Amino acid sequence: MPTLRIDGQEVHAEAGTTIIQAAEKLGIYVPRYCYHPGLSIAGSCRMCMVQVDDAPKMAIACHTPVRDGMSVNTTSQVVLDGRRNMLEFLLHNHPLDCPVCDQSGECDLQNFYMEHGNYQSRMLDNKVKKRKALPIGPHVVLDQERCILCTRCTRFCSEVTKTHELGVFNRGDRSVIDLNPGKTLDNPYSGNVIDICPVGALTEREFRFQCRVWYLSSQSSICTGCSRGCNISIHFNKQRSYKAGGKRLQRIKPRFHPDINKWWICDDGRFGYEFVDRDRIEYPMTRQDGSLGYADWEEALDRTAQAITQALQDEGPSSLGVIASPRLSNEELYLIRKLFREGLEVDNIGFRDPWEQPGFQDGKLILPDKNPNGRGAKEIGLGGDVRSILERAASGEIKVLYVFGHQFSSEEAFALLDKAQCLIYQGTNLGPAQERASIVLASATFAEKDGTFTNFEGRVQRFQAAFGPIDESREDIAILLDLARRLDLQMVYQSAEDLFMEWFGKQYHELHEHGEFLPQEAAVG
Amino acid sequence: MPITINISKDFGNEKARSSQWYRENRHGYQAALQAFDSTPDEIIDIVKASNLRGLGGAGFPTGLKWSFVPRDSEKPKYVVINADESEPGTFKDKYIMAWDPHRLIEGTIIAARVIGAHAAYVYIRGEYVRPAEHLQDAIDDAYRHGILGDDVLGKGFKLDMYVHRGAGAYICGEETGLLESLEGKKGWPRLKPPFPAVEGAFRCPTILNNVETIAHVPKILRKGAQWFADLGCERNGGTRLMCLSGEVVKPGVYEMNCGSQMYELIFEHGGGILGGKKMKAVIPGGSSAKVLTAEEADCAMSIEALQQAGSMLGSGGVMAIAEDTCMVKLLQVVTSFYAHESCGQCTPCREGSGWLLTILNRILQGGGRPEDIDTMLSLAANMQGTSICALSEACAWPVESFVAKFRDEFEYFVQHGKSMYAQRQLEAAAV
Repeated sequence: MPTLRIDGQEVHAEAGTTIIQAAEKLGIYVPRYCYHPGLSIAGSCRMCMVQVDDAPKMAIACHTPVRDGMSVNTTSQVVLDGRRNMLEFLLHNHPLDCPVCDQSGECDLQNFYMEHGNYQSRMLDNKVKKRKALPIGPHVVLDQERCILCTRCTRFCSEVTKTHELGVFNRGDRSVIDLNPGKTLDNPYSGNVIDICPVGALTEREFRFQCRVWYLSSQSSICTGCSRGCNISIHFNKQRSYKAGGKRLQRIKPRFHPDINKWWICDDGRFGYEFVDRDRIEYPMTRQDGSLGYADWEEALDRTAQAITQALQDEGPSSLGVIASPRLSNEELYLIRKLFREGLEVDNIGFRDPWEQPGFQDGKLILPDKNPNGRGAKEIGLGGDVRSILERAASGEIKVLYVFGHQFSSEEAFALLDKAQCLIYQGTNLGPAQERASIVLASATFAEKDGTFTNFEGRVQRFQAAFGPIDESREDIAILLDLARRLDLQMVYQSAEDLFMEWFGKQYHELHEHGEFLPQEAAVG
Repeated sequence: MPITINISKDFGNEKARSSQWYRENRHGYQAALQAFDSTPDEIIDIVKASNLRGLGGAGFPTGLKWSFVPRDSEKPKYVVINADESEPGTFKDKYIMAWDPHRLIEGTIIAARVIGAHAAYVYIRGEYVRPAEHLQDAIDDAYRHGILGDDVLGKGFKLDMYVHRGAGAYICGEETGLLESLEGKKGWPRLKPPFPAVEGAFRCPTILNNVETIAHVPKILRKGAQWFADLGCERNGGTRLMCLSGEVVKPGVYEMNCGSQMYELIFEHGGGILGGKKMKAVIPGGSSAKVLTAEEADCAMSIEALQQAGSMLGSGGVMAIAEDTCMVKLLQVVTSFYAHESCGQCTPCREGSGWLLTILNRILQGGGRPEDIDTMLSLAANMQGTSICALSEACAWPVESFVAKFRDEFEYFVQHGKSMYAQRQLEAAAV
């Protein structure tokens, strides 16, 4: 393994890796625009030039392989001057519309200018005019003037998605990024070009002019769009809730995971967060005189406990049915098992919507199971037959049916639900199943609670609350623990972490940042 | 000193376009036959000893370049001929292709024999319509006579030769830009290393040479390395086609022994400056070469001598400039070419070339500012040693040298809003 010195520090780097990667191992960040670890090397922005040994010309750190005994300087005056000169070139035709640019605040032109530029402009003449605000796909807007032609986006479309929508046209300072003839940027991963664009040339149609990025906070989470378990960050606006119609979740960005999603996520995951701030069940409801109306938590939970106790007294555990959800966390599913199976000895517990058809898949990230935790629900042992539970609820054999989250989408399911005597619905969003309930318990979405999901391959990964449950809604665990108390069940848990400790045997901070595979005993025990 | 006629003998001789005539009168294809009886190493040694240098501009020793090709590679190998000839002031290769195409074909066969290539491409600039036609005719002729194809000259060697016409981009004369374009992609130069010898056309080992370089090879093989080396001077073997243009009485292509005097070319062969004027400056190697004052230009035409004079022999495009030519206007013409031809791939060239042109345009329109001159110099400095290919330097060198050597003209223009040679300036504007 070659050993080299970067800024005086010694580092061992794999043969065949480049200076920019070796520097990263030392925590030295070499400024770059065109380099991206997930793409081929373009070497065209010339921002990452460093001094190697005593070579008269600087070398680009992204393309120069490490060599044993090499000495690299990333901070000498020559290097700093080189960066400043390159920034001057890059900004020469840049429109500087930062005040109206969405990228402002997370823009590498701004960042590197503040760090390495800071020169007086020598530009006296007009800039080259190009096209602005071009919608090039359902999610992406292109501004050719802001573009610095790093070609990350064109390389993404030709190397990662292999869909070849984008290309570089014309020559010299008239060069522009544009759609190839007859194409639109509408591949299932198009949103990633917004992330990798180091400037404001590619912006998100959904996020455009919604929020300045410096008002955003970020929280680590897991995508709930399918069973892949892509790592994401939730960007949310807590401070200025009066903006953007009270929308708290502003956008979702991919978070690097070496084995699951690398740097990418699909557009379904990226833009599929609307349910967090829209059509929410904001408070508990009970049915009175045939219609659902506001109830406080005391009343809703009392009535839930009453219904369950009554059924148990009259006909025993077989008169209860529980349909858990593959969208719930491991902790919640484990608590459902503790409460209903082990506490109340209920056997009728299922989780899988039998009418749900496998969705789109593409052999890349997108998987056909559109639930984040189907594997977890199965491993925790809640795999009863949902169709049979619904049929027995309709026939009156099951008196109280407790449904978590499912809205179902089949007329057959609605017909069965219509016949159920007492439907308790615990979920996050308004919908057909909720409308048919006798008692509605308002719960929190994945963005509003802590927990873990088990992805399709059995990897347990943590997600964390970005903000609290909307309005009067509560986290599922809090609701269930309150209910357990009313049913005189002894539950020692205070939080999701307590449940995780018992189920997985670890505290959250002990769980590896890239998740851990489920051991066999945890799955069974 | 008389002009040595070596490869320009048949320029203007229509008969030379036929392979039969070439064989009967010019010992045609004897060197190629000879190549099949020699080992590749023997041929490389002869080319090395001949001091043949790359005549496209960079002047790299040809034999050495050939020796870098990994002949034991399992990949197919290619010969690519650079006929993009796009450096302003250069117009020699088209004569070879139009008048003496078999010399090029024969040289190509020898190069292919050396590395075991079975396909050869001639990348010819799009504007060269006639030369491309003549070359294609000659290739067809060669196929008909068993010179190309499945059994080259009866030696059981397969070689196909293709003419690939470019679409008119200067950057496609840069060797890796050429390869990208040949492969059907945008002609953006590649990051180096790897060099084309190792990873060239279709990422396979490739010999990539200029037309004139390859056209010299047959005679070197036939008459020997020493004969060729003796024609030239130290480290510059043979003769080369000098393209004389600018304000001279008799512009044109002159074949001269390497190491001949620049003044001999301009004043004896070229007849001196038009209208009996004095010569002010010379651009010695295509418009990207640094300009020399008349005094500096009084030197030998070898790669090293020009280097010593502070410029380069480049592609052999000598442009003589008269005493009353406005250097500001001339620089604007040169810069507008490079700004137009910059491929736009890497930052310094894309932005720098355009910026320099904007400043020059403003100066020419009378809006120059005193600080413009230093801004241009600093931009030109920042464009050097920072780009993927040499186009950035090709744009920066003229700026640097014009301003350094004729700063008074620039200062005058900035100060007065018009040229020192206002009358000539009017004429230039009329053009």
